[in-house]
Parts: sequence; structure tokens; C-alpha cells
Amino acid sequence: MSQAYGTTVAAPHTTTTNSPGRIMTLVMLALAPATLYGFWLYGWPAFFLWVITIASAMLGEAFSLRWQNRLAAPVLLDGSAILTGWLLAVSLPPWAPWWIGVFGGLFATMLGKQAFGGLGQNLFNPAMVARVALLISFPVQMTAWVAPLPMFSAGAPGVLDGLLIVLKGIPPALDAVTSATLLGYGKTELSQGIDLLESLQHAPALSFIGNRPGSLGETAVWLIIAGGVAMMFLRIITWHIPLAMLAGIALPAAILHAVDPARYLDMGSHLLSGGAMLGAFFIATDYVTSPNSPRGQLIFGFGCGAFTYIIRTWAGYPEGVAFAVLLMNSMTPIIDTYFKPRIYGRDSKGKPLQTTN
Amino acid sequence: MGFLDRFLKTPNWGVHPEDHKRPAADVPLRLFPSPERVFMPLHQHVGGAARPVVLVGQKVLKGQLIADAQGNISAPIHASVSGTISAVGDVTAPHPSGLPFKAITIDSDGADRWIATEPLADPFSAAPEEIARRAAQAGVVGLGGATFPAAVKFALGKRLKVSTLIVNGGECEPYLSSDDRIMRDYPEMVIDGARLVMHAIGATEALVGIEDNKPEAIAAMRKAAAPYPEVKIRPVPAWYPMGSDKQLIQTLTGKEVPSDARAAEVGVLVHNVSTCAAVHKAVRLGQPLVERILTLNGGAIVTPGNLYAPLGTMISDLFDFVGLKEAPSRIILGGPMMGTPLLHDRIPIVKGASGILAFDVAEAFVPEAGPCIRCGSCTKACPMGLLPLEMAARIKVGDLEGAEAYALQDCISCGCCAYVCPSHIPLVQYFSHAKGELTAAERTKLRTDATRRLAETKTARIERENREKAEAAAKRKAERDAAKAVAAPPVTKQPEGVSA
Repeated sequence: MSQAYGTTVAAPHTTTTNSPGRIMTLVMLALAPATLYGFWLYGWPAFFLWVITIASAMLGEAFSLRWQNRLAAPVLLDGSAILTGWLLAVSLPPWAPWWIGVFGGLFATMLGKQAFGGLGQNLFNPAMVARVALLISFPVQMTAWVAPLPMFSAGAPGVLDGLLIVLKGIPPALDAVTSATLLGYGKTELSQGIDLLESLQHAPALSFIGNRPGSLGETAVWLIIAGGVAMMFLRIITWHIPLAMLAGIALPAAILHAVDPARYLDMGSHLLSGGAMLGAFFIATDYVTSPNSPRGQLIFGFGCGAFTYIIRTWAGYPEGVAFAVLLMNSMTPIIDTYFKPRIYGRDSKGKPLQTTN
Repeated sequence: MGFLDRFLKTPNWGVHPEDHKRPAADVPLRLFPSPERVFMPLHQHVGGAARPVVLVGQKVLKGQLIADAQGNISAPIHASVSGTISAVGDVTAPHPSGLPFKAITIDSDGADRWIATEPLADPFSAAPEEIARRAAQAGVVGLGGATFPAAVKFALGKRLKVSTLIVNGGECEPYLSSDDRIMRDYPEMVIDGARLVMHAIGATEALVGIEDNKPEAIAAMRKAAAPYPEVKIRPVPAWYPMGSDKQLIQTLTGKEVPSDARAAEVGVLVHNVSTCAAVHKAVRLGQPLVERILTLNGGAIVTPGNLYAPLGTMISDLFDFVGLKEAPSRIILGGPMMGTPLLHDRIPIVKGASGILAFDVAEAFVPEAGPCIRCGSCTKACPMGLLPLEMAARIKVGDLEGAEAYALQDCISCGCCAYVCPSHIPLVQYFSHAKGELTAAERTKLRTDATRRLAETKTARIERENREKAEAAAKRKAERDAAKAVAAPPVTKQPEGVSA
């Protein structure tokens, strides 16, 4: 018997069943509980904004691919554009108008990702690029927070009213729901000379459960942590970046609060506020834009946390996760160059080990 | 393995592919009947090809020398059947290129008559060099796949005063069970062979590393090793690539082999269990290496299992023996992680062939490669601590020196990175390509340097010759002038500015 068996292929001749699509799907599943909580907490407008943002992100991806004469369907199926849109949506004010979602979604995948060459090529986190672009371009809409008004509760908008809020803006009847976040409130009062000891007595309360004003999917800290821990068990992410980032926020917060509680917020408020948890578990851990060695990830994560704290405390914006992540994204190639893992049979500088015999 | 065990015992490198070893590993060893014709390639080992010492038409006995070692690193080849030499020439090599290769063809007489052998009666009172000499004469090479001549390694171990022999029974490649089978069926041979190797290199202890997915082999080896306290059986976690020298040394002794050194330089030497058994046969029975156990496995095979077959048997003959359900979608020499894909089955088995896999369509499925998402799975899997994604990114744009700066030369081609890659990027292909290109560039550079040196030497020589000629001419002229000066009276010098 003699027969030819096709062309040669390089070893290994067996491979994992893992795929980018599986990874993206699992990340989305981990993010789903916190998002669903956001839908419930802020009602139908939040849901519609989420749909619009994801659809726009996918549209931007598809358009860019068709522009390059590439088939859009197989690339869209890897789920990365959906995830980008999703991450952007959960970081938006829940009652933001429709065009915020459209602009952000298109910006994220077209300029944040495809302009760099598509999946795996972008230097910056696409969702955060879009969020920062929106924040700088439309500061009013991007800081218009609403107080929790849970779905199906008295006074909450129904499906149709929800859609109208997203499409036409918040009606005067519901104006009362606009609110401020703790970080924003504290900052404004401080700028007017009222110290934290006094202003915090009137500040919007924080909540571990998530019942507070904030971005669409960032408030339910416990659900975000649960999703993050699930991703660690599934070996999608490691503990390095989340822990380092939280430490980067907590450490300066604890020290400075101890020094001057009238000027500096306490550690707990910092960790429960804004996008700290969402950033630590879901945004800074983005594969493409974070370093690949454990030591590099620790430095990257700590940097994200420290910059977040610095921006929140001394810069013009009340929240700094997005800026901090982008700043550290730009450091990723440098971190990767200087912090490589030790190679077997070599010392940490890459020189061969000395023989013992 | 329990949950806690997984966390405490598994190494922080490598991968754990589905092992597919059973049921093939549990099927009793079958003896492959002597084939009608065998093809013995002259190059079955690392080093120089063997030189034929037989003529067409000559009758040979099983075990008779048919090609002698040539050069310092080489191994002789012996007849694996008794019969008549029918050709000395080209057959297809067990290599993906499918290029022809020099081989000796023997038509079997079906009698399998052995040549008269001379066993060594009391090897432990013989000189260590005698063990090495016998192993060299018997053509014993590393049977784990590296096929490095065993005797050369013994000499190295003796010279560097190696104290620990590591016997590699890891067999971490999925599907393969030939080492498992030799440990289950011939543990005494393996243990005796290991003790002979210890004697040959002057080692004081032997550590036998066996992956814990082979409990039967561990039990059999423990029983056989019981009388010899210096031979220790050490189960190791079933974790790929545990059977790689460097990783097994690290797991068993905690030592790391420096990147520019050999294992012997940290006081250990690694030999495969099948190699030990071959040393036992060479010394105790006087039999050269002409047969081996190899695994036939894969979805396309009707009766997978291990065969004891003469070297030089065509793979198609082995397939006829075990039966094929369907035409294999891929044939692999060796295991699925590092094995060589073969273009067809008219290829003879060689000393380093631990198994032949015939994959069905599902097993041979190759998912399409996608873009790198920098997930870092490859860096976590790499047992050498390299950054495959960074190296591949550089090789992709032709920056081979850039990849070299990431220690590409330390890559052991184990395939862990490509195995775990969710985007199914053929990383090993990238690295093999780059290593080949860099080696070729290095060779070109050496050649250019040599040419330049020769040219410079030539220029220097010509210059020297011209200078010498000029000096000689000047000297002659001076002598002539001196002679003239003596012969003729001095002429009054005319004042300057006055024309003659």
C-alpha cells in the first residue's frame, strides 16, 4: 500500500479547543451579572443605551473590515467588538442620549481598534479611548448621573418611556432624578472650600450592593468581584493586575486619609467609587494592552491604580480610571521590554547561569 | 489527582494535553513477524552517516554489521533480519521532505538466524570503558528520539564526573506508550541497563523518573529495583514536557542546566529507559540494536498497541499488521506534540522511532490561525520561560535578530505554546523557520569570514612578496653600486644648477 498524505504541517499535531471567541464569551458572561443589575437599577434607558452602544461598535468594526475588502462576519463572530461595545456601555452614564452610544461605539472600534490594524494590534484599550473621547467632547452629558430608579418601581420609566429618554433626552418631569456621585460631589465641595468632614454628611451614600448613582455597570461591586474571581478560576485572567491596581488606589488613599481626613477621602470610598472595581477586573486586564509577564503586570496594575488616585485627588476630573488605564497602556511596550520573565538556565539579566560543578 | 495536589505538585510551566495512551498502552506487546524486506537507512542517529561494509548479493545474519560508524560521533548499523543484501542505495527518508536517503535493503530469508554473540560475563568487574565500547559497537543511540550515540554520552559523563544518572521514563508525549510497555514487560532489563550505564559513567545513584499516569510501570520498576538501593524510582506529575531532559532534571534534582552548558556539567546525565534496555542487551547478550518497541496508535488504526519490530520495517507493513479503518488523514513519526509528519507510508522505521500515529479526520483537524490577542497563554506554558508571542511577532516581520534577542536559541521546540494558543498560531513553525534561517546565515557568515581571511592572507602574502622583491632588488642595487664605487674612482660632484 502506498499513498500520499497531503502537505506537511508543523508540530504540534494537536491543539486546544480554546479560541478568542470562547474567551470573549466567558468575559461577557462574567460581566453579565453586574450589567443586569445596572439594567434593573437604572431601568429601560440603560438597557437601550447598552444595545445602541454594542450595535454601533459592531457596525464600526464591520464597516472598517468591508473598507479593507475583508469579510466582516467571521471577525464579528470572535466577539471582540461586542465586548468592546459592552465595556464602553457599562462605563457610560446610564441615561446618556443615544448619540453618545453611537459616537462612542463607532469611535471605539474604528479609531480605537481597526485604525491600528484590528484585534491584537491596538496600543490603547478601545473602550477607554472612546470613553475619554466622549468625556472630553461632551463633558455635560458624560457627567449627568441619575439616582437609582429601579425597573418596575413607582415612577420608573416603562419600556416606551425608556426608549424616549434615550432618544429625546430626560423629560422635565424626571429631572429630579439627576444626581451626583460621591467623588464628584466631594470634589465640587472641596473646590468651594468645604472640607470632606462636613460635605460627606450630605454626600450621596456609597453602597457595596451598588445602589448609588454611577456608570451603567460599575456600581455593583460585589457582582464585579464575583465575575473577576470567576475569570481567575477559568484562567482567563490572573490576580496580578486586579490586585495591583486596587493596591495602587488603596495604599495612597489609606496613607493620605490618615494624614488629613478633611482633605482626602478614605480608602473604602475610593475602592467602592467610580470605575475602580470595573477597571481593575475588566478593563486593565485587557490582554492586548497590558504587559505579558507577571512582574510587568504588577507594575502595570499598580500604575493604573496610582494614576487613578492621583487624577481623582489632584486633577480636574473627579474620576480617573479611564485616563489612568490609557496612560499605563502607553507604558506597556516599555514595561514588556524591561520586565521579561527569567529564562530557564539564565539569570534575570539573561546571562547563562554559572555551572556548579 | 486531588484538587490540592494539582496546586501543589503541578509545575508552573507546560501543558496537560489529553494523553490518549490507553487503551493502546494496556494491549499486550505483540511481536511483529519478520517482514519480507527491510530497508536500513545509513543515517539513523545524530552525527556522521554509517559507511556500508557489505556488497549486493552478500548473505547476512541477523545482528551482523552492515555499515560501520564513521567519524567521532556516529553509530554502526546492523542487519535486523537474516537474508541477502539486495540493494545499497536510495530510499525515502523518514523526514517531512520525503527526499531519498542512502539505505541498505535486505531480503529476508524468513529464518531470523542470529549471528554468534559474545555476552560479557561479569560487566561490573569490567572496565567502564568496556561498557561504552560494547554500546558503541552495538549501535546503541538515544531511543527517546534524540538518537545521540550513547557511548559518546557515556564518555562525556565519565570525563565530567557525573554523579547522578537520570533514567527518563517520563514519556510525556500523548498517544505513545513504548517506554511504558518496556517498563511493564522488561523492568529487569531496564534496571540492569541503568546499573550498567551507572558503571560506565561512574555515577553513584540513578533516579528513574516516571510520570504518574503509568502506575503499572511504576509498580513493575519498583519491584525490579528493590534489590538495588542506588536505583530510585521517582514518580513525577504527568505534565508535558516532563520527558524533556531539562525539565526532568529540574523536577528530580532541582538543578537547572545553564543555557550554554550540557546537563553533564551540572553533574547529571539523562538516558531513556529504552536506551538502558538496549545497553543491557548489548552488554549482557551481546546483541546489537536491531529491534525496538514502537507504538501504533491513532483513530485510523483498527488494533492500536505496541509492536516489537525489526528496524527497517516499512510503515506500510506495520499498518497492514494492525489494520487501518480508513486512509489516515495524517501520519506522524513520534508523538503529536513534537513528531514529524510523514508524507507517505513507504518509509522504514529507524532507531529513534518511538511510535507511528495514524490520525483520522477529526484528529488531524487543524483550526485556522487567527491574530494574536496577546493573551499570554504561550508565555505561561513555555517550560523555558520564553516569550513566544514576542518572538513570533518579530519573526513575522522578518526581524530574526530581534527574535534572537528574546533567546530564540533556548527554545526546545516542545510545542506547548502552539498547543495552548487560542488563535492556533503555528508558533513552532515560526521558530523552526527562524532557527533554520539564522543557522544558514551563521554558516554563510562563517564562510564569508573564511573567504575574507583567505583573501586578506593572499593580499598580505603578495604585498610581502613584492616588498621582499623590492628589498632584494634594492639590496642588489646597493651591492652593485658599492661594487662600482670600489671599482671606479670617485667623480667630482658638479655644482647644482649647472646643466650637464
